[in-house]
Amino acid sequence: MSAAPIELALGPCLFNWPADRMTDFYARIADEAPVERVYVGEVVCGKRMPFTDPIWADVIERLTGAGKTVVFSSLAQPSSKRDRNALTLQAGYDLPIEINDMCMLPACTGRPFTAGPFLNCYNEVCLSFLAARGATDWCPPVELPLSSIRTIAALVPEVGIELFAFGRLPLALSSRCYHARSHGLSKDSCQFVCDKDPDGMDVTTVDGQRFLATNGIQTLSDSCQVAALAPDHLRSLGISRLRLSPHSTDMVRVASLFRQCLDREIAPDELEARLEETGLPAPICNAYLNGDAGWKKETLSL
Amino acid sequence: MTNTPLLELVCPAGTPSSLRTAVDAGAHAVYCGFNDETNARNFPGLNFSPDELRDGIAYAHKAGAKVLVAINTFATAGATETWRKAVDRAVTSGADAIIAADIAVLDHCATHHPKQRLHLSVQAAANTPEAIEFYAQTFGVKRVVLPRVLSVSEIAALNAEISVETEVFVFGGLCVMTEGRCALSSYATGKSPNLTGVCSPPDHVSYCEDPSGNLLTRLGGFTIDSFPQGEPAGYPTLCKGQFTARGKTSHLFEDPVSLNAADLLPDLARAGVTALKIEGRQRGKAYIGQVVRAFRSAVDALAAGADTLPDMAALKGLSEGGRQTAGSYRKTWR
Repeated sequence: MSAAPIELALGPCLFNWPADRMTDFYARIADEAPVERVYVGEVVCGKRMPFTDPIWADVIERLTGAGKTVVFSSLAQPSSKRDRNALTLQAGYDLPIEINDMCMLPACTGRPFTAGPFLNCYNEVCLSFLAARGATDWCPPVELPLSSIRTIAALVPEVGIELFAFGRLPLALSSRCYHARSHGLSKDSCQFVCDKDPDGMDVTTVDGQRFLATNGIQTLSDSCQVAALAPDHLRSLGISRLRLSPHSTDMVRVASLFRQCLDREIAPDELEARLEETGLPAPICNAYLNGDAGWKKETLSL
Repeated sequence: MTNTPLLELVCPAGTPSSLRTAVDAGAHAVYCGFNDETNARNFPGLNFSPDELRDGIAYAHKAGAKVLVAINTFATAGATETWRKAVDRAVTSGADAIIAADIAVLDHCATHHPKQRLHLSVQAAANTPEAIEFYAQTFGVKRVVLPRVLSVSEIAALNAEISVETEVFVFGGLCVMTEGRCALSSYATGKSPNLTGVCSPPDHVSYCEDPSGNLLTRLGGFTIDSFPQGEPAGYPTLCKGQFTARGKTSHLFEDPVSLNAADLLPDLARAGVTALKIEGRQRGKAYIGQVVRAFRSAVDALAAGADTLPDMAALKGLSEGGRQTAGSYRKTWR
């Protein structure tokens, strides 16, 4: 068993943050966050791309200059001609890439890529197939339990496994924009109202229970996933990296706490307690990892 | 309206008797699955044993109809043999096509049964020419079932760019989220289409009354909808419930409607679609018979060059709650 340290990655920002906020955010990540890898790029909605496209070159330079591995994460549900052209361009970038839709596979076959959590990769046969075409890293779909991840890791050891460890869980994509719908608009004339909710729009049940969050065409969990696992435990499962999904809370602090846990300075339960103090968007959940309903908070059994 | 090729009508069969009903009612093809987790309608009392499938295929073939076998969930890690065996059984039973989504299933079929016709399940969510051509070239997929995210004009543009047939849903339950890319059900219950072949499973449904006497329908510990006393309560399908956002309570994701694209059949034909799919493997024989007969008369009329389609008003009464939508086929739905 390799004793290599477990790495930390900052996932792509799923939300519609203004370009200047995004620039400031990544500058601080470059300077202060103890993460080895940073994913950039728009993953959720192609309509947002014109706002952030101009910032990526500088953001990437800044992060690379700070020693981070920068990965360009691609759209999870390309649909328009413009989306597809953007993906063709991205496939040609001289930069590691994350694939979130199978349409990117032909253009990227033969070059190393990360298989993102939006791909339907649920078993070792699928991951081996992707590895044969260039996948070096894989972030499993969020509903996949640790038992399956461990099985796959043992059977496909050549692929590094990155667990979605922090943030609201990306649960669903649609062609309909729920932000637009909730504001009485349609997707084509959405006025980019998703920018009003930097962590997604809270969705509760009719009797007031917290439940989900919407982010344009995406639906996320209300609860905030926290995979608080000790480094030896992660290693025994075959997990080599944790993905932290950006939220408006202090992500430098979040990354530092995960780093302390991986360095055995704080225990997993203390990691949870300290994260709650940082002001999470919602209560902690983790039960997908046990193969149970994702919203629950349980003792991780594996 | 002339020279419209006959659209293939693909009809659901949750049981051997509904397969016979669909075939008798004029289905060109029926689709069904084995009674296990390998298909995306893994509900108790539904689906086929290997013997029932063989008999069903014999019945359909005698009437000139095809049988498409859905093995369209994602194989469980470490247990992919169950899915491989399901493919082997479907092939030896004489299935006209296998409908699959998982690369593990597609790869097994293409490698070990290269002559078996393969259709790409809607659960694969392939909605661009690049994705579709990937599956066509890698696994020899001959037809793709399109996710319900495209408008009719987008389907036409897509068909102009791809080398395989397309099949679209025209009637029945409507997924609001992109098929194959939705984990809402497992978030609430631990079970989902991709993991276990079910959505909003009945064993996680409960009903209770709130202090004002309203009936609350619940799924996995979350209230999905609320109905005033005396009103009929709908099934708590997660994405069709009422929720509160921005201080407003509404059917945030979708109203409790179902899909009816009967009015769009000529447009879909012009868009180059090969086959029309009716959802509803969980539906009874009477429903299947009525829907299949109505659509068969419509596609026959269309192929014969009729200027108007037969009156399909009877279909209105066959939807849950009676309310229908053309979904994403009209761009304004988004």
